[in-house]
Amino acid sequence: MSLTRDRFREQALKAAADPRLQAALEGATGRFRHARLDALAELPDADALRDHFKAIREATLARLDEHLTVFEQRATEAGAHVHWARDATEAAYTVLRIAHRHGASLAVKSKSMTAEEIHLNDVLEAAGVAPVETDLGEWIIQLANEPPSHIIGPAIHKTRQQVAELFSREAGRPLPPDDIPLLTSTARRLLREKFLAAGVGISGVNVAVAETGSVVLVTNEGNGRLVTSAPPVHVAIMGIEKIVPTWDDAAVWLALLARSATGQPMSVYTSVITGPARPDDPDGPREVHIVILDNGRSRALGTPFEELLQCIRCGACLNVCPVYREAGGHAYGNPYSGPIGAVVAPLLFGLCEFPALPEASSLCGACLDACPARIDIPRLLLEWRATAVEERLTPWYERLALRLAARVLAHRRLAEAISRAARLLQRPFAHNGSFHLPTSLDVARPRRLPALAERSFRELWRDELAG
Amino acid sequence: MSADKRVALFVTCLVDQVMPEIGVAAVRLLRAAGYEVCFPEDQTCCGQPFYNAGYRPEATRLAKRTVEIFEMYPAVVMPSGSCASMVRVEYPHVLAPWPGWQKRAQALAAKTFELGEFLFHRAGWRPPTTAGRRITYHDSCHMCRLLGLRREPRALLEAAGHTLVEMEEPDRCCGFGGLFSLKMPEVSNAMTEEKLEQAARTGAELLVTSDPGCLMQMRGLRRPHHPRVEHLAVALEESLTPRGGTP
Repeated sequence: MSLTRDRFREQALKAAADPRLQAALEGATGRFRHARLDALAELPDADALRDHFKAIREATLARLDEHLTVFEQRATEAGAHVHWARDATEAAYTVLRIAHRHGASLAVKSKSMTAEEIHLNDVLEAAGVAPVETDLGEWIIQLANEPPSHIIGPAIHKTRQQVAELFSREAGRPLPPDDIPLLTSTARRLLREKFLAAGVGISGVNVAVAETGSVVLVTNEGNGRLVTSAPPVHVAIMGIEKIVPTWDDAAVWLALLARSATGQPMSVYTSVITGPARPDDPDGPREVHIVILDNGRSRALGTPFEELLQCIRCGACLNVCPVYREAGGHAYGNPYSGPIGAVVAPLLFGLCEFPALPEASSLCGACLDACPARIDIPRLLLEWRATAVEERLTPWYERLALRLAARVLAHRRLAEAISRAARLLQRPFAHNGSFHLPTSLDVARPRRLPALAERSFRELWRDELAG
Repeated sequence: MSADKRVALFVTCLVDQVMPEIGVAAVRLLRAAGYEVCFPEDQTCCGQPFYNAGYRPEATRLAKRTVEIFEMYPAVVMPSGSCASMVRVEYPHVLAPWPGWQKRAQALAAKTFELGEFLFHRAGWRPPTTAGRRITYHDSCHMCRLLGLRREPRALLEAAGHTLVEMEEPDRCCGFGGLFSLKMPEVSNAMTEEKLEQAARTGAELLVTSDPGCLMQMRGLRRPHHPRVEHLAVALEESLTPRGGTP
């Protein structure tokens, strides 16, 4: 079922009517927003660093194939296995085959939006490999059987009461919602068992570095380190765009990622994985696999949408977006929500599946202000909207009305005549400057729509003002 | 009056048809600043609603006709930050496929101003200090982010003697977004409610903005505990001598 305008509206309405959700959204995005501003202010020149980063991203994407080839070469030399996946299915089955080959029935996972994108958990579960999320937020929503509602904070829509209920069920005893240290230590205890029992560890990749064939993973809980070192096999999944040529570039990426995402100068744990454990390493996986996923991304190359591939999934645009802050992440109907989700989902999953997303914006531009790579999301929303009109994905009556209106407005005298007629026709509905329609037609209610003025400005000009 | 003291008023369709008092106030302010105001009568809509909804041929048609109508004037003034950004920032994009037209659009863009910006910078005009209200100012999105105008309207209001009290997020979108407000009314209304509550918490008696769209949106959901919502031009006009006399 495609995400139509009506479905987005229904979801958003549900979110707006839920005061707990509204409080959680406003609280979490507010904390992220302020932390980001403070963290950027600590830099000598954050704007210059963002410009520099944009230049790095543009240059990398311009020769993406070369950088990926170098990465594959170096990663292979370091002992990792590199797999290429054209789409979500191929990627998910590649991971599954690796798990099966090692007889794994339990997989521990570090938070990965790319794994969400390919619905990896569903595929694994159906094939007898139990996936366990080990990022606290991801674990919460896994227990609640819900999709993530934020790129960085997948469970920001959950209150501590709800979390306590979920953890109580898992722990088999009631846990008080106000004892947060007890809740987190319970998670730690229960997850620790999983780390030790898992046959495979699955992670995303925050950035891959071509020159050494390394993948970098940042977490705040240390779970990423356990996922990539405790199980005998580590599988990392990355989109084709998550790459830089050099470590210098990676340093800029990581500095902006943590600051933009959570407002930290650095994430608590930064893990660099270059191949499997060496013979003299005391621990680490015997095998490392890297799955490089396209899933629609390469379609953007050479088009205005190429800019989308500069995204580092920091979530800063979500926190500043007034639409996201009211509608919440689930309204977007896919793992990528907020402004970046509204432009990325049509690329990855098709515009006809998500025709409502480019419309879910007032084009306020706050996302562009917040983006560390300065992705012009408003302009890309306009590109998608124009595509939707060209491909007739908007309602026919809307196309008719707007095309008619544009014709009328191109002829001043016709426009004036219609305005005079409309002012006569509106009389039964206009009171005190507002327009009162029967409820079924009053689309904006409870917002009052204004009535046309009794005399237009141009009439006032002719009669009184011109001089 | 010399030619360089002439300005063309692009009043915008919303002001023309729904809130003409804003246009009247703009004319009085421009005249008080010493300018001769022209009103090219062929003007209609800048095309932004069509452009933002993805109707590019329609937007192109209206952009070309607007360029033709206004390019002969030494300056163009608009009482709307959003429409001014359409002419100034978007027209050169819209008309990019036609280099000749793009050049003309760029020339027009260079002499098009939002009203407060024009009064503050180009005219160097300040209103007489006669008022003294508590005002909170809403930064309309395109005006502050695309045109970079935040200081100018505030400075004019302060020059008029008003006291400014800021909201927590003065530049958080009011929820209008053109057709967005009709396509997604629930989200749009929730955004407006948030804006109005922030404004109410400042204790201001007046919520001023420079965009007729925001004004219409916020007025549509305003309740008695919210400040009155007024356009910058109308708020500044208060400082001039009463209507009827020639300022």
